[in-house]
Amino acid sequence: MKFRSASPVETQELARCLGELAPPGTLLVLDGPLGAGKTSFAQGLAKGLGIEGVVNSPTFTLVKEYCGRLPLFHFDLYRLEEAEELWELGFEEYLRAGGVCALEWGERAIKLLPPEYMHIHLDYDGENQRIIHILPVGEKHSLLAKELKRHVNTGN
Amino acid sequence: MARILAIETSCDETAVAIVAEGKLLSNQVASQIDIHARFGGVVPEIASRQHLLTLNPLIRKALASCQLGWPDIDALAVTNGPGLVGALLVGVSTAKALAWALNKPLLAVNHMAGHIYANMLAGPVEFPLVCLVVSGGHTELIYMERDMEFTTLGQTRDDAAGEAFDKIARFMGLPYPGGPVLDKLAYQGSPVLEFPRTMLEEGSLDFSFSGLKTAVMNHVHNCRQKDLPLNTADIAASFQRAVVDVLVEKTAMAIERTKPASLLMAGGVAANSHLRRGMKELAQEKGLSFRVPPPALCTDNAAMIGAAAWPLYKAGRKAPSSLNALPNLGLS
Repeated sequence: MKFRSASPVETQELARCLGELAPPGTLLVLDGPLGAGKTSFAQGLAKGLGIEGVVNSPTFTLVKEYCGRLPLFHFDLYRLEEAEELWELGFEEYLRAGGVCALEWGERAIKLLPPEYMHIHLDYDGENQRIIHILPVGEKHSLLAKELKRHVNTGN
Repeated sequence: MARILAIETSCDETAVAIVAEGKLLSNQVASQIDIHARFGGVVPEIASRQHLLTLNPLIRKALASCQLGWPDIDALAVTNGPGLVGALLVGVSTAKALAWALNKPLLAVNHMAGHIYANMLAGPVEFPLVCLVVSGGHTELIYMERDMEFTTLGQTRDDAAGEAFDKIARFMGLPYPGGPVLDKLAYQGSPVLEFPRTMLEEGSLDFSFSGLKTAVMNHVHNCRQKDLPLNTADIAASFQRAVVDVLVEKTAMAIERTKPASLLMAGGVAANSHLRRGMKELAQEKGLSFRVPPPALCTDNAAMIGAAAWPLYKAGRKAPSSLNALPNLGLS
C-alpha cells in the first residue's frame, strides 16, 4: 500500500487516521531516512489517539509515554547499537500494555519483533514530497491497513 | 556545614558529587567516552547494569577525594526524573538505601532543575530569571520567580537543539561527539547558506528544529546529486547560525514578556561557544546579568543535583522513603 504526502501536515493527517483506527496492541515500525517525517507521523498518530500536548522526538530518552484513548509508547532506536538493547527498555512489557507502540528506526529491531506489526516506510520523493509505504504483517494489522485505506479513500 | 552527597543516573552518565551548602567539594562523572569510541558512535548506556557497576565505586571515590566518611554526610540527593526509568531507578534505589541506612534525609531533584542550578554553584543569582535549557533531550525556556519555582514558557515541538546537532554531525560523517566537533568546524566556514529559522506562530516561545534538519539534509543531497563539492565547514557554520539565531530570538522574546533580572543558560548545548557568545550579547543588550556554567558543568553531572538539593534541604523538603523514579517528570 502506497500513499503520497506533499507536506508534514499531510503525513500527520494520514497518521491521525491510523491513530483513530488502531486497536490495542498495535505495533508500528516507522523507518526511513533522517527528515523523512517519522516524528511527524508519530505526532499525527498521537492526535488520532486523542493525545493533547506536545509529542516531540524521543531520540534522547529512547522512549516516551503518552495517555490518550489508548496509551502511546513512542520509541526511537536511533541511538541503539544492538537491537537486543530494546529488551532492556522493557519493550516486552510495553507490547503487552494494551496500547499502541510506535518504533522510529524500528527496522533495526525487525528480527526481534512479534509476528504481528505494520511496517511504515517513509522516503523522500524530491525535497518536499514523501512516499509512504505501508506493509502490514499478520492478520490483525492487515485488517487495520484495509480500514486505513478505506478511510483515506472515502476522505474520512 | 551541611554536606549533601548527590547522585545522578538519569541517562548515559553515572555521576556523584559532594556539595557543601551550595559549594562544590567533589564532582565525579564516569565517562563512557571509551565505550563510545569503541563503537565509533553514540552508544546509550541504557543498560542500568552499567550504572550499577559504576555507581558504588564512584561514591567511594567522591568521599575519598575530599577525605570524608559517611558521618560527614548530612543528606542524600538524587535525580528522580525525567530520564530513562531503568537508569533512574539505580540512582533512586541507591540513594534511598543510603538515606535509610545512615538515617539522613533524602532529597529528590528534577534533572532539569539540576541543570539550571548548576549556575548557582558560582554563587547566588538574582530573581526573577529566565533560563534557556538546551541539551540533547531538551530545549526549554524556563521562568523562575523565586527559588525552586519553575514556569515553562516554551519547549521544542519536535527535535531538541542538541539532537539536531548530533544528527546533522552524524549525517555529515563527523566524528563523535557531534556537537563540539560541529562547533569547531563552524569556525572554519562562513554562514553563507540560507537555512530556515522556524519561529512557529506569532508570539509562540516553542521551538522546532526538524525543518532545519531536513533543509540541511536536502542541501547535502542536492550537492551530492549534482556532484557539487560539499563545503562541510560552511554547512556547519550556516546550520549553527540558524540554531543560535532561533534560540537567541526566542530568549529575547521571553525576556520581553517576563522582564527578569537575570538571564541563565544550562544544559549540554550551553557549552557551544557560538551560543554562549550570542546569549552573552543578548544579556548585555537587555542590561541583564548573565550566567552560564563552565562547560564541564553543562553536560550531565551530579554537582548540579547537589546544588539544586541545597534549597530543598534548607526548606526541609524531604522526599519520602517511597520515592519512585518518574521518567516523565515535569518542571512546572
